[in-house]
Amino acid sequence: MATLTHQESATAEQLVVTDGARKTFITIIVAGVVVLIIGLLAAIFHIGEGEHAAAGEAAGHLSAAAGHEAGAAAHHEGSPIWLKRLLVSLWHSNVFFLGVSTIGTVFMAINYVAYAGWSVLIKRIAEALSAWVIPGAAIMLVVFLLGRHDIFHWTHEGIMDKGSANYDAIIAGKSGFLNLPFYLIRTIVYLGIWAYFSWKLRQLSLAEDQLGGTVWFHKSINASALFLVLYAVTSSMSAWDWVMSVDTHWFSTMFGWYVFASWWVSGIAAIALTAIFLKQAGYLKALTVNHMHDLGKLMFGFSIFWTYVWFSQFMLIWYANLPEEAVYFNQRLGGFEGRYTGMFFFNLVINFVFPFLGLMTRDAKRQMIIMKIVCIAILIGHWSDFYLMLMPGTMKGENGFLIEIGVAAIFLGAFLILFTRRLAAASLVPVHHPFLDESVHHTT
Amino acid sequence: MTKRYALGIFEDEDVLLHAVENVRAAGVKIHDVFSPYPVHGIDDALGIERSRLPIAAFFFGMTGLAFALWMQIYMLGFDWPMNIGGKPHIALPAFIPVAFELTVFFTCHGMALTFFTITGLYPRPKVPVMDVRATDDKFVMAIELDETSSQFSRLTQLLRDNGASEVNQKEMTTK
Repeated sequence: MATLTHQESATAEQLVVTDGARKTFITIIVAGVVVLIIGLLAAIFHIGEGEHAAAGEAAGHLSAAAGHEAGAAAHHEGSPIWLKRLLVSLWHSNVFFLGVSTIGTVFMAINYVAYAGWSVLIKRIAEALSAWVIPGAAIMLVVFLLGRHDIFHWTHEGIMDKGSANYDAIIAGKSGFLNLPFYLIRTIVYLGIWAYFSWKLRQLSLAEDQLGGTVWFHKSINASALFLVLYAVTSSMSAWDWVMSVDTHWFSTMFGWYVFASWWVSGIAAIALTAIFLKQAGYLKALTVNHMHDLGKLMFGFSIFWTYVWFSQFMLIWYANLPEEAVYFNQRLGGFEGRYTGMFFFNLVINFVFPFLGLMTRDAKRQMIIMKIVCIAILIGHWSDFYLMLMPGTMKGENGFLIEIGVAAIFLGAFLILFTRRLAAASLVPVHHPFLDESVHHTT
Repeated sequence: MTKRYALGIFEDEDVLLHAVENVRAAGVKIHDVFSPYPVHGIDDALGIERSRLPIAAFFFGMTGLAFALWMQIYMLGFDWPMNIGGKPHIALPAFIPVAFELTVFFTCHGMALTFFTITGLYPRPKVPVMDVRATDDKFVMAIELDETSSQFSRLTQLLRDNGASEVNQKEMTTK
């Protein structure tokens, strides 16, 4: 019998994605498509939740007033509302899923650089999480090239030309950074770095499985260290480019960290949730409640970290009360007839209060049902967080939920298909990792 | 009250962990183990119950939070209201940093004081130490002795069989 100090070592395990699981993923996609079509029809024919869109169109003064409030002249109507909402929600869900996907590689890299042993058993989950990086990157570029005028105010025609009717002096002053060629180069560099290192670490890990030896471990550490330096810069800059530049007039020096905190805690929740599902399906035999406890601690801690960054950003802006900064929270707290106010407080409750109280005790972190609920709440909560970052700046008073939820469900289904396929492509346990035994014997 | 203890001295934490399991399996009750640093898994091996300190910590934290909020609301809202940047006198977002700091302050000090009081490890001129080498590089397992004379020799054999480098006897006056 296994005792505290004598445990069997872990052996290779192969995940089999059952037909039932595949059907579930397809069902999620189909449900997403159905919700999306209903949402699109509602937006086109101004029924149901489309009433706001109808109101916006019927009473032009509403959107003009909203635009004024945002400090931006409402001089551009762009695509029809349904198309604009579709493009923005594609961008929204893609930024969220791509970020979470990249966190898989970041998590692995941090554990390599820290010589961490406990996480070896869940390393393959983090590795597989990054399966979405390349499709996500492709979607990002396509959506930007097709829909940039509906997402980014600064890409409008003539907005940086002094003679033009669209001229905006503040945005023109940012043209050194926010111009199309430089923006595209930056985006491609971020995506390229993330895709390369997620591929590289995966290759090293697979080679280790095949050939054994510690040489792969040391190579992984070198690659991880380099990646983390580059990721620190690219994650922060991608947050400015992909999310903050939506509110072109506004700026916040906390924003890079804020977006990273959101991605990071969601990524850990995704890893923890997958680990629970795999364990309950009979895989990862060596995984114990101790590993889940540590993942729970990370989720608890980084939920607080996210709140800390959120509050640091909020309080300085609230206290200084400068118009060019405060507009961001004016829009979200009571702006556009208060349509984002409920979401604003929901965001704090689900991303801070719920994980904080839910995961506070040791017993809660060791109870799989509580961990599952909190993981799902964190994932939904941070998707909503990105909603709240992107929608007031793009959709102003014409936001909705059906199209957005439909798009998110399609992303989720596709994400899960690629994720589970990569999970099944190699052993769930990295059998030749030098710290595997430490992970098997991990206690908290 | 003065009690006698058998002290098994161990050189290595893994040897100690195995010894703890085996000694307990042999039906001997271990008084305590002293080590230079925290040994992973020793709590489970010794069968020590979970500490209730976190519950105390929660209430200390709530006390600190309540105190911080009361202090700021009373001072800035009622006792000496000031106009600071045109903000309301009771401006809750501005109170959060102080509330956070005092919550942490009350929690950590309350926990430390509670811990020292309950364990009897508080600093004082003459500290009862089983074996001073436990603060350096040795692991010490203490087993309480009763009055039977043969017990110590039996324990010596048991501890030596399980890797103790030496076994001593010590009288201690405890609370």
